[in-house]
Amino acid sequence: MSAYSITEPTRRSKWVAALLVTLYTVITLLPLVWIISTGFKSGQDSISYPPKVVFQPSLEGYVNLFTTRTRVSSDEFGNLPPPATWYDEIVRDQGMVIAGPSRFGERFLNSVIIGFGSTFLSIVLGTLAAYAFSRFKVPLKDDLLFFILSTRMMPPIAVAIPIFLMYRSLGLSDTHLGMILLYTAVNISLAVWLLKGFIDEIPREYEEAALIDGYTRFQAFRKVVLPQAATGIASTAIFCLIFAWNEYAFAVLLTSGTAQTAPPFIPTIIGVGGQDWPAVAAGATIFLLPVMIFTILLRKHLLRGITFGAVRK
Amino acid sequence: MAEIVIRDLRKEFGSFTAVKGSSFTIRDGEFFMLLGPSGCGKTTTLRMIAGLELPTSGQILIDGEDVSQRPASQRDIAMVFQMFALYPHMNVRKNISYPLVSQGVPRAQVQAKVAEVARILGIESILDKPVGGLSGGDRQRVALGRAIVRNPKAFMMDEPLGALDAEFREHMAEELRALHDRMKATTVYVTHDQLEAMQMGDKIVVMNHGVVEQFGTPQDIYDHPATMFVADFIGSPAMNFLRFEGKVIPGDQSVALGDTPVALPEVQESAFGPLVLGVRPEHVSLTDGGAYRGGIIAAEYLGTTQIVTLATPHGTIKARVPSGQVARVGEQLGLSFRAGSLSLFDAASGRALRTAANAGVHHG
Repeated sequence: MSAYSITEPTRRSKWVAALLVTLYTVITLLPLVWIISTGFKSGQDSISYPPKVVFQPSLEGYVNLFTTRTRVSSDEFGNLPPPATWYDEIVRDQGMVIAGPSRFGERFLNSVIIGFGSTFLSIVLGTLAAYAFSRFKVPLKDDLLFFILSTRMMPPIAVAIPIFLMYRSLGLSDTHLGMILLYTAVNISLAVWLLKGFIDEIPREYEEAALIDGYTRFQAFRKVVLPQAATGIASTAIFCLIFAWNEYAFAVLLTSGTAQTAPPFIPTIIGVGGQDWPAVAAGATIFLLPVMIFTILLRKHLLRGITFGAVRK
Repeated sequence: MAEIVIRDLRKEFGSFTAVKGSSFTIRDGEFFMLLGPSGCGKTTTLRMIAGLELPTSGQILIDGEDVSQRPASQRDIAMVFQMFALYPHMNVRKNISYPLVSQGVPRAQVQAKVAEVARILGIESILDKPVGGLSGGDRQRVALGRAIVRNPKAFMMDEPLGALDAEFREHMAEELRALHDRMKATTVYVTHDQLEAMQMGDKIVVMNHGVVEQFGTPQDIYDHPATMFVADFIGSPAMNFLRFEGKVIPGDQSVALGDTPVALPEVQESAFGPLVLGVRPEHVSLTDGGAYRGGIIAAEYLGTTQIVTLATPHGTIKARVPSGQVARVGEQLGLSFRAGSLSLFDAASGRALRTAANAGVHHG
């Protein structure tokens, strides 16, 4: 009989755990695989039934995503000069010609500006507020903290109409600034509460040591507290970015042109020249990338951040 | 280096008064101990001297200059924290040089100074290591290095040995005292360990409930405690208290313990009612004869000495006697006290009555 330990998992339970994790991973990743593969299918393949798992990869979806195209008569089609580029060729194969670039690039850029802008602002304001709440005697501190938390107690969309009217009269509708402010307002309570927790965990002695070593309060904050809070700041930033990046309802309501983000834009692709699923999938794939890269870059911090407090002490 | 004068220092946190009007003077170059049980206000006092808390009222003078309302960064003081508070994101060298960087000292000079400090503390080999992996003793040395690198006016130390294990604490205490003797730096040291305070300090302030109970040299405090609290807090085992009803007038050279007269230093003030005779265990001797008698209830063997506990008509008493002396539980013995070393307290106020022995000892 082999030695039995209460704390050490047995071989069988390890296998079961591995199996469950694998199963869960497959279930969660399947839609992602579906989207990414659909982006590389031709229009035909994307709607074939049963779905094709093995297919001839095509960049049709990506080309369609970034271009607008027009159908020309067969006479004109024959008179056209040979396609100048590889993407011209892909469009010609569908019996169309490129009319110009699509708006996806701009919309994507809007998402980047608004998403990262509001994340940055939430983190800056959130860190300062969290530090103040953590370290200073703020009058009515608990009430203020509760008030900040209470802004998250209803779904933000419940105030969509007042915000719509407010933004219209303030001239903030369909502006980058307006969207950045809105997402910051939604994220700030999460940022303050999360960051306060992280800053509370940093012993005050570090700053006190810095104060005695001749630094001002702000220098101590910047050079001693901030590096210590990096983990918390990184994980808070990820949460803020994911919200701002994926937000759909306010974006539909408040943006239509200059400041429209990618989420409300992607579905509009469907309407152009039939249901172009590869283009939609290509848009979704590209849309996934920034958050994915951001999260991978901060992954180490995120892991420590989520388990913070649970493991230490 | 500097002299630090504390005048009527008071600190209130809301309705709680942490320090109630302390006054004492720390002479230039002194190793000064703030001693007391937890919550007595010693750390608050230290933090006020350092500038981490601002006093509610009162004055702190460093070299004659009133700094009581100035921020820590403008007081030119260094501090060693109980948990050391080394900056965890910097290596040893950066930690030590950090106070110099804040003063804008040129890089070459910083390097030279750090090297010198590292040599003094014997930590040259760990300068480029991260502080996370260091042993307790090395962390302690790095914290000291960060404090001494700048030649500040004074050092504040908040239970710096509290985080070390017992064996190492002894060693570090010696190192600290040796370092102080070499640098002659004014040092204010907070501890709740009376042995540490007696062993290392030039002067001790004993605090309790925010009040300075006594202020003086370790000898003064041990031999002539100003209050019953000090008498009880200092010394192990603590001073024995024999409670009795009585009356003394100036000129008295003995008190009546029951029917037995006990000689003591000449009393210089009058008192009556419940009084307390304070006797250190080593000032009790056990004899076969003797008018004042007690029965042995316990004996603890300590190697060279033993502590014998006896029941007397005025309470139990512990005597420190040579371990060779035979002490059997149940035995009735006579007790005699060394007259010159006795203290007399007023039981109601806990204050020591003035006698020929303790005249001139500072009271809180």
